[in-house]
Amino acid sequence: MTLTGTHLVALLPLILVCAAAITVMLGIAWRRHHAGTATLTVAGLVAALVALLVIWSRAPIEVPLLVIDGLALLAGATILGASLVCVALAYGYLERYPGPREEFYLLLLCAAAGGMVLAASRHLATLFIGLELLSMPLYGMLAYAFTERRSLEAGIKYFMLSAAASAFLLFGMALIYAQTGRLDLAGVAGVFGERPASWGLAGIGLLLVGLGFKVSIVPFHLWTPDVYDGAPGPAATFLASASKVAVFVVLLRLVLATPGFQAEWLRGLLAALALAGMLVGNLLALRQSNLKRLLGYSSIAHFGYLLVALVVGEGLALETSGVYLLTYVVATLAAFGVVTLLSSPYGGGDVAALYHYRGLFWRRPWLTAVLTVSLLSLAGIPFTAGFIGKFYILALGVEAGHWWLVGGIVVGSVIGLYYYLRAMVALYLVEPGMRRHDAPPDWGVRAGGMVVLGLAILVVLLGIYPWPMIAWVTGVEVFTAG
Amino acid sequence: MALIWLILIPFLGGLACWQGERWGDGVPRWIALGSMLLVLLITLGLWWQGDYRWPAGAESGVVPWALEWRAPWIPRFGIEVHLALDGLSLVLVALSALLGVLAVLCSWHEIRRRVGFFHLNLLWILVGVVGVFLAVDLFLFFAFWEMMLVPMYFLIALWGHSSATGRSRIGAATKFFLYTQASGLLMLVSILGLVFAHRAATGELTFSYAALRETPLSDEVAMWLMLGFFLAFAVKLPVVPFHGWLPDAHAQAPTAGSVDLAGILLKTGAYGLLRFALPLFPEASQAIAPLAMGLGLVGIVYGALLACGQQDIKRFIAYTSISHMGFVLIGIYAGTELALQGVVVLLVAHAFSTSALFILSGQLHERLHTRDLGEMGGLWGRLGSLPAFMLCFVVASLGMPGTLNFVGEFMILFGSFPVAPWVVAIASAGLVLAAIYSLLLMQRVHYGPPRSESSLADLDGREYAMLLGLLALVLVLGLYPQPLLDTAGPAMQEVQRLFDDAATPSPTTMPLGDS
Repeated sequence: MTLTGTHLVALLPLILVCAAAITVMLGIAWRRHHAGTATLTVAGLVAALVALLVIWSRAPIEVPLLVIDGLALLAGATILGASLVCVALAYGYLERYPGPREEFYLLLLCAAAGGMVLAASRHLATLFIGLELLSMPLYGMLAYAFTERRSLEAGIKYFMLSAAASAFLLFGMALIYAQTGRLDLAGVAGVFGERPASWGLAGIGLLLVGLGFKVSIVPFHLWTPDVYDGAPGPAATFLASASKVAVFVVLLRLVLATPGFQAEWLRGLLAALALAGMLVGNLLALRQSNLKRLLGYSSIAHFGYLLVALVVGEGLALETSGVYLLTYVVATLAAFGVVTLLSSPYGGGDVAALYHYRGLFWRRPWLTAVLTVSLLSLAGIPFTAGFIGKFYILALGVEAGHWWLVGGIVVGSVIGLYYYLRAMVALYLVEPGMRRHDAPPDWGVRAGGMVVLGLAILVVLLGIYPWPMIAWVTGVEVFTAG
Repeated sequence: MALIWLILIPFLGGLACWQGERWGDGVPRWIALGSMLLVLLITLGLWWQGDYRWPAGAESGVVPWALEWRAPWIPRFGIEVHLALDGLSLVLVALSALLGVLAVLCSWHEIRRRVGFFHLNLLWILVGVVGVFLAVDLFLFFAFWEMMLVPMYFLIALWGHSSATGRSRIGAATKFFLYTQASGLLMLVSILGLVFAHRAATGELTFSYAALRETPLSDEVAMWLMLGFFLAFAVKLPVVPFHGWLPDAHAQAPTAGSVDLAGILLKTGAYGLLRFALPLFPEASQAIAPLAMGLGLVGIVYGALLACGQQDIKRFIAYTSISHMGFVLIGIYAGTELALQGVVVLLVAHAFSTSALFILSGQLHERLHTRDLGEMGGLWGRLGSLPAFMLCFVVASLGMPGTLNFVGEFMILFGSFPVAPWVVAIASAGLVLAAIYSLLLMQRVHYGPPRSESSLADLDGREYAMLLGLLALVLVLGLYPQPLLDTAGPAMQEVQRLFDDAATPSPTTMPLGDS
């Protein structure tokens, strides 16, 4: 199969992001300029986003090793949007960073490209390349403030565990190849449809372990709070949003496209993992006094809810995953955005302990409103985007009659509400002698501030009038034919 | 269109209050008062103009609303913004607006910190409550049901009082939120279950109240779904085993919060039972009626007994609320027309008398800086006209003839007797308990040896006007409750018809496809 013009058009967003990465790299070699680099990055990402919208109506397009279908485009748009938010946040954050600042954007562009490849992969090779392209720059981003012990620790921890997960993944792929003799998903699915066998199933299990690590599904979640806590704000934001979306989308694609994933035992296993995620994530978050760790545990719980879509794997599952991912990403970006803004400009270590946030409302009312809205959304209160997501997940569970999972969602949400409320009310309490951590006074007119305000408005808008989002996601299709 | 304004006015008013704070503390108060009055005027206008009689010859299944407003919202699931008004919702919306005005007035001097944000929350509670009373799309109803918790939570957590015994206001607020949210989510699961059952039967995905009422359900499914609804409403009412949040929330809330809580939020529970639990699942409701009435009895006695033992005046009133809500529960599940009419009357009466008592205890707190009954006593001569008002409302609360509370309780007991004579007999004994705790309250606050001779500030014009207005309403409606009965009557007849049909299965309610 040769590359044709159509293929190039389909790959245009990816090409643009890669081109931006190379340009940024050459730019840095030529002359260091923080604002220029950031502008270049934004330009590249926006161009990719525009290209993505242009090819929207032409999907699905098959490219060698990749497929640009509705799901890939949805994930691509989300990843690019999240990356844009991260750039805006990083610009303010890195302003006074003593070390080199420009490389952060380079790493971010590479990771975004990796995420897009991963979300569009229909071959185990691209899956692996995408995953590594996403992860490698992330190690650098997480340890970017390497003079800070905790940031370095976060980077190394993620690196070690991630490498182990990659090993599992490769082993799983090897087993699948040994069983089926194929590496493309359609071929693997075809062989599995005829005669599923134990080695292949073991391979699928190992694949699940490798990917489950990246989206912090419960037994593989241990890194999440530490890494979130130690990582610099913008890096943690990227990890929590774009990276998780990309990996979850590929997991979704595997489950929807591969009959091996629809085996009864695997359903049961996924259901158990989902329940464990909801309960463990929420229970462990209860005692946290650090906002970033709290968000880390909350993301474990949220991916527990999302697994319900994989367990059901039919009917509304695709739509539910899309809507839930979107609402989750918007709220998470807003919450991490506020944390990053408060920690900007860089002054060693982020402001994340809950007591730093005490009484924030009386100093920065709008910023607090943003954080309140995003926490309410994560808790799934009506008239925020999060409620639409939770509604979808519950509807899916009820429709499929998975009462245990429905019960788990209800219990998990109630436990979750407790810590969201605890974090939220701290924002409004005034205590004498409290430490005054503040965003810069002009935060609202800066890029990061405006983006965060926009996100909060988006959370409320999607909650009040979700129809455009739902209509958009409903149109998304997964390309399954061989 | 008027219906959407009933929701938009407090919403926009709330935003204006928040931003209005920068021009001084008075601005939010007046904006809040203005918006509440506007809502009240619109409802009274609707009451004056509208015709709330049940149109003769209306087909069953088509719910004839007096006023309706709908717009598509999420067509994917057949969800609409569908607001509708009938006599029952009109009475409760008017009540909410009136209590909203009182809530603003009674916090005029009590709240001195962050006035703008306080009134934002106060008005947004009203948004949620009015939305609950008007929504007839189950998704919309649920959204408002949950949404009203957030401002209430802030009201208790930020402006509440932490009591000396270590009960914190944040703890109370969180408890309130968790109880309601947990039961609310079960209701959401029930709603979804009902919607998918409806789709399985008819192929149509809709959240519309009128459509879902016609869903054919097997007995077992109906029972489970009904329990989800019942639990959510029972927590809000509250019914006794689920009442744990109420005394704490009341005790720690600021006066305006208690007024809203007792006057409006508890009513949403009764409203939910009348509007959703009974009409959607008449057979299943009929089946648990004995249990529900039993719980009502337990509530009456339990609330009354615990009230007698309280030291905190607001906890005292909170427990009497539980006792009164026991009567409401009995009336609802007796299901005769007289009892259901009595429920509406008692809801209104309880809102008046209990909010008045909370306002009074707020005024006592402003003057004495304590809510501890042990530190009161002998206040009769020291407070001007406040004790006399308190006597009137205490008497109303114990159901003295001539007050609206008497009408309500009497109608409930009278209407329930043919259905459940034993329940009524025991509940009547509860009235004696009511007399005991009411007099105990008066005795401990106003009689006995005074702690000092100095006289305290008398009521000012604002306080006097609030109390006098409430007293006038209690008495006037108590002597002539007919307008209330006329307005809510048709809606109650419909509930009663459904409930009775369930007791004697007619061919129309048989499961389909029995050939």
